[in-house]
Amino acid sequence: MKKRISVLLIMALLTMAALGGCAGGTDGSSGDNSSVESQTGSTDGSSEDNASAASQAESSESSQSQAGSPVYGGSIVVGIQQDVDSLDPHKATAAGTKEILFNIFEGLVKPDENGDLMNALASDYTISEDGLVYTFTLREGVKFHNGNTVTAEDVKYSLDRASGLLDGTPLISSLSVLTSVDILDEKTVQVTVGSANTELIYSFVAAIIPAGSGEEESGTPIGTGPFSFVSYKPQEGVVIAKNADYWQEGLPYLDEVNFKIVNSPDTALLELKGGSIQIYPYLTDSQANELKDSFQILSAPSDVVQALFLNNAVEPLNDVRVRQAICYALDLDMVNEFVAGGGATLVSSAMLPTLQTYYVDLTDTYGSSANIQKAQELMADAGLPDGFDLEITVPSNYEYHMQTAEVVAEQLKAAGINATINPVEWSSWLSDCYTDRNYQSTISGITSDMTPGYLTNRFQTDSKKNFVNFASDVYDEAYQNAAAALDPAEKAEYYKQVQKILCDEAGSAFIQVPPITIAMDPKLAGYKFYPVYVQDMSTVYYTEQ
Amino acid sequence: MKYLGKKIATLIMTLFVVSAAAFIAFQIIPGDVVTSILGTEATPEREAQLREELGLNDPPVVRYFRWAGGVLRGDLGVSYRYAKNMNEMMPVAELIGDKLPITLSLAAISLVLIVVVSIPLGVVWARSKSKVLDAALGVITQASMAIPSFFLGIIVTYLFGMVLKCFVPGGYVSYEKDMGGFLFYLLFPAMAIALPKAAMTARFLRNSMLTEMKSDYVRTARSKGCSERRVMYGHVLRNAMMPVITFWGMILAEIVAGSIVVEQVFSLPGIGRLLISSISTRDLPVVEILILYITFVVIFVYFLVDILYRVVDPRISSR
Repeated sequence: MKKRISVLLIMALLTMAALGGCAGGTDGSSGDNSSVESQTGSTDGSSEDNASAASQAESSESSQSQAGSPVYGGSIVVGIQQDVDSLDPHKATAAGTKEILFNIFEGLVKPDENGDLMNALASDYTISEDGLVYTFTLREGVKFHNGNTVTAEDVKYSLDRASGLLDGTPLISSLSVLTSVDILDEKTVQVTVGSANTELIYSFVAAIIPAGSGEEESGTPIGTGPFSFVSYKPQEGVVIAKNADYWQEGLPYLDEVNFKIVNSPDTALLELKGGSIQIYPYLTDSQANELKDSFQILSAPSDVVQALFLNNAVEPLNDVRVRQAICYALDLDMVNEFVAGGGATLVSSAMLPTLQTYYVDLTDTYGSSANIQKAQELMADAGLPDGFDLEITVPSNYEYHMQTAEVVAEQLKAAGINATINPVEWSSWLSDCYTDRNYQSTISGITSDMTPGYLTNRFQTDSKKNFVNFASDVYDEAYQNAAAALDPAEKAEYYKQVQKILCDEAGSAFIQVPPITIAMDPKLAGYKFYPVYVQDMSTVYYTEQ
Repeated sequence: MKYLGKKIATLIMTLFVVSAAAFIAFQIIPGDVVTSILGTEATPEREAQLREELGLNDPPVVRYFRWAGGVLRGDLGVSYRYAKNMNEMMPVAELIGDKLPITLSLAAISLVLIVVVSIPLGVVWARSKSKVLDAALGVITQASMAIPSFFLGIIVTYLFGMVLKCFVPGGYVSYEKDMGGFLFYLLFPAMAIALPKAAMTARFLRNSMLTEMKSDYVRTARSKGCSERRVMYGHVLRNAMMPVITFWGMILAEIVAGSIVVEQVFSLPGIGRLLISSISTRDLPVVEILILYITFVVIFVYFLVDILYRVVDPRISSR
């Protein structure tokens, strides 16, 4: 009898032991961890440098301050937030997908970290004086990941496909102005466009893919980038491997990069600490603080303009005074302090400050702190002395926008505007707020590319993207002048006008360009920020130990 | 046989009603699948093309029956959201087939844990004469039952992941890459699932055994001279298992259907997480099949429990 019980107990104990089988593994992993920590100790100085460089928001400086000589090889895991929406570089629209595909595909030109264009598959190009004909000379001997050399046919096919010349469906809207793509000789491709726009050259970052590969059965993504596609698993992520034949000498350093989909920011933090991911690019301010002793924290301005978007077509926001009152009521410094830890760049119109040629600082228009008296005067003028109700719709999956909304709602209440937050799912936001424009106000962000026209064209009265229903003839005219101008100085001047009109008319209450903050394993270096949203892994390397 | 026919008819009816309900729900909830896929930057031509590709221009009724017809022919459809490669979208069958091993392994490990922990515990408890042990087990099981699984998941993550460093939280390893690592990682979410259920089973088993011990047949068996061991394991335990099996059936159905919360906490790319993300991206083909799958599993497991009952307890079928 007694024996039986003890047998049972022993069984139970064995079960426990099996459960606790991890005890053996404990040593190994904790050993690993301590080595990371000691590593951290030695690079502490440099990570502090990084932090201070980050506060200057100078991306180039932060990358320079990473010390240590590069070692070739190794693999890393990069945490990403969203699943990819397509493996087709022309069809992918999500920023979270493009940032990955940047490593696999390249265009005739590609962006560098200063926001300028560098020649990629084209070794040279010329633009005719009237701005209507682009002639690209192809770089010699660039190979696709399948080993084939890039030919003029591939370039023509890719541009035809992206611009809609192939089947009538433009996949990249800015390229839809292309009227023909002609092969002049095996190294030269000539592109003709319907209307001149000096910003069009930025659209030639569009991926070049092997001719016919957009229809092929196998459908393996093949590009010319520093990494080739290995595998994709829904909900798990994308794996890419080094392209040994890459045309840029010496790049990339790493053998393999695994973009792993991370469930939530909290899991990301755990995974960083546990060492199962080495780079995570979307830290919140509080996470950055928590990690700053054991990781390199790098920061730079993002390519997103965040605003309290106001639907100009609904009562009482159709009155410019009411919209201005909202702008005055906001305390942007406080928003910056609360949600970005002071790391954001405040803006008052739809332009990235990093587009230095075109940007004009208009933050004085409504001031960066609250002016409640002015706000109340304007509301009284508009016949609303007792304030009004304002519903702020916020896509709840964006923690950053939610936090901003909470601060903003309180500030509006202080000015007598009864603001309430309505959190919605992203899919609902897209259809209700963006497509159907059925909302009062919303806090969200609009993503820019490297052209000044990208953020500003959407505020033209009849633009399909004008989800705030901004209507101003003066604005439309100024924008068209800006887009058509061929002289750089003149163009910049028009764009400044455009920003000023949007700001003065309070098309929306613009808030900030949020910082993008990444955590990187102290053993790594070489991470580069771009003015556009990409994760360039080609320059990342392990430092010598 | 008649019984089986009736069960199958119920199953088919339920599947039909559930799938239609899910389909209707998707017509009502806000959020358009094309804008959800293409975001804000697509050209109108591309939107129109995609709408055509997905067959969204037909009326909902036509779409539902086209889908249902496909399922009957064994074609589970193609995901709206997940790409298979550059030019094709992922077939739902392949997508779920890929995730199923994860959820099933989790279910299997959890069930094993529940069984090995709860039966010995329940038996020891039922037979224990010690007041202290009785009270202690009472408190411990009560407490573990009361903890919600997501919270237990967090505790397990904290204790084993961060303090003891047995595993890297969120550091899921694919089963195709490393089977051992995969199973090892699953051990921890399985613990979070198994602990409350094991506590419940142990309590259940103990009470059930105590009741059975008072039964007449126990006295008869004892007076016939059966060994105590034989009485306990041959008679009491066997009869006491009846309610426990029903309970296990429910648990199994629950876990196989996708332990949504625990998968979320441990970043397991299983069925439960797939369901959540597919709903939020309005991926109707995937959601429909997952819902059918869950309904099927629940009904099927209950059916199995029913059969098992008849095997274990002859009284039921003779009635």
